[in-house]
Amino acid sequence: MNINAIREQFPILHQEINGHPLVYLDSAASSQKPRSVIDAVNRYYELDNANVHRGVHTLGSRATDAYEGAREKVAKFLNAGAPEQIIFTRGTTTALNLVASSYARAMCGEGDEIVITQMEHHSNLIPWQQAAKATGATLKYIPMQPDGTLSLEDIEKTITPQTKVVSVTYVSNVLGLINPIKEITQIAHRNGAIMVVDGAQSTPHMKIDLQDLDVDFYAFSGHKMCGPTGIGALYGKKALLNKMEPIEYGGEMIDFVDLYESTWKEIPYRFEGGTPIIAGAVGLGAAIDFLQEIGLEEIDRHERRLATYAYEKLSSLDGVALYGPKENRVGLVTFNLEDVHPHDVATVLDSKGIAIRAGHHCCQPLMRWLNVSATARASFYLYNTEDEIDRLADALLQTKEFFGHAIG
Amino acid sequence: MQLDDLYRRVIMDHYKNPRNRGTLDEESVTINLNNPTCGDRISLQLQVVEGKVTNAKFSGEGCSISMSSASMMTEAVKGKTFDEALEMAEKFSALMKGEPVEFDEYEELDALSGVNKFPARIKCATLAWNALRKGIEQQQESH
Repeated sequence: MNINAIREQFPILHQEINGHPLVYLDSAASSQKPRSVIDAVNRYYELDNANVHRGVHTLGSRATDAYEGAREKVAKFLNAGAPEQIIFTRGTTTALNLVASSYARAMCGEGDEIVITQMEHHSNLIPWQQAAKATGATLKYIPMQPDGTLSLEDIEKTITPQTKVVSVTYVSNVLGLINPIKEITQIAHRNGAIMVVDGAQSTPHMKIDLQDLDVDFYAFSGHKMCGPTGIGALYGKKALLNKMEPIEYGGEMIDFVDLYESTWKEIPYRFEGGTPIIAGAVGLGAAIDFLQEIGLEEIDRHERRLATYAYEKLSSLDGVALYGPKENRVGLVTFNLEDVHPHDVATVLDSKGIAIRAGHHCCQPLMRWLNVSATARASFYLYNTEDEIDRLADALLQTKEFFGHAIG
Repeated sequence: MQLDDLYRRVIMDHYKNPRNRGTLDEESVTINLNNPTCGDRISLQLQVVEGKVTNAKFSGEGCSISMSSASMMTEAVKGKTFDEALEMAEKFSALMKGEPVEFDEYEELDALSGVNKFPARIKCATLAWNALRKGIEQQQESH
């Protein structure tokens, strides 16, 4: 992997922020976009733009081909099988809400259980919390080990024959750990439950094989994997999607509309009411091409190397607390600097051109579990380097000094 | 971007030695407010006597800017009538927009003028003032 050649393809990286070369360490929030993605979106608007699935005219066909072509790319990228099992959404949040609002609310009732974990992003926690409230189902949490990981024993104990839905994130956006999705899925299936996976933090960084994992639903966002914002997808097994009612009604999703009754199109269109974000889908397709050309295994290796480097570098600094397991982690480190609030850390780093995230990372229950109100997080992607991690470590030392001095 | 514009000595002093941190023993109104984007939270207690804020204390969690702002705000509004306190809150909003205001009543607040140059941090500085505003408005509505 030629890191310089990769960096060359990201126009945004070549600028100064507050007088320093930009060090972008916030890709877990949103990744940057390569030239090929930006060009694909522009080219779509300049040459092919029209509404999809409606026009008889040439541009309408081109737009439809581009949009459906992107769906096929997503299906292949995730080894998802038939493309109609891919529903385009605004992103992971919308995708998870669709499963919770349509599938779970129809299938769960009193006495049933929905199983999640405390490390979930709010987007994979609140939809289930609300679905449980609405249906009378019980919401259960798989306990976490001291380092945040899940043990198979606890998973086995928490999932029971009463469990209807298990929903777990593949990768924690705070702890950086990878959950044993394949094993959890087997346990869920053995108990007659369906398995939902939040793939927001896994899809950009590692090879995903949905048929091998055998999960029932899988959600992800385009903007964290070099694609545009506003596009993501929900994968669902055909048999389950066919049983689900739409939650949005309107254009594109109908079969026949009468004054008092209507029927819906087949999947996936049934769940794609309204004109979709066509350019976003095109951009997502271009992002998939870009990532596949480099290779997800390569990207994964590069990020794990950076994560190990960062973990060791930061843990060697005095007064830095790191969260999550040391081993088997993806490309992010979550930390706190003793006596300095993470917002203050982020502001000082920004003054040195380094972009990190500070706050609760949309994981308030996990923050409570960690017994902190907020943390700082540096997250890496294929364009980051060890030099940048050195700059992060230096800047953290300076932050400590600055506050040590300022507070006296 | 000058860090010293933001982290002025007065601010760091209030951060390190917060005034009025804790809870009031007297009967008081409590306002809990979160900054949902970043997780800062404040619990503000106001002792109110005949349309006046006679005492104020706060607790909570947050960055140096939010906590020092809370410390200064509680100092500044003690003894003020509701109208005077709301007027100060208005002035503080103007300060955050970069307007040239001065706080003759409590000059230390001027130190927060630098926050204006750090747009992401304005919400930190205004959290305590929003709690104050909410508390007074609740009082005014209930009377």
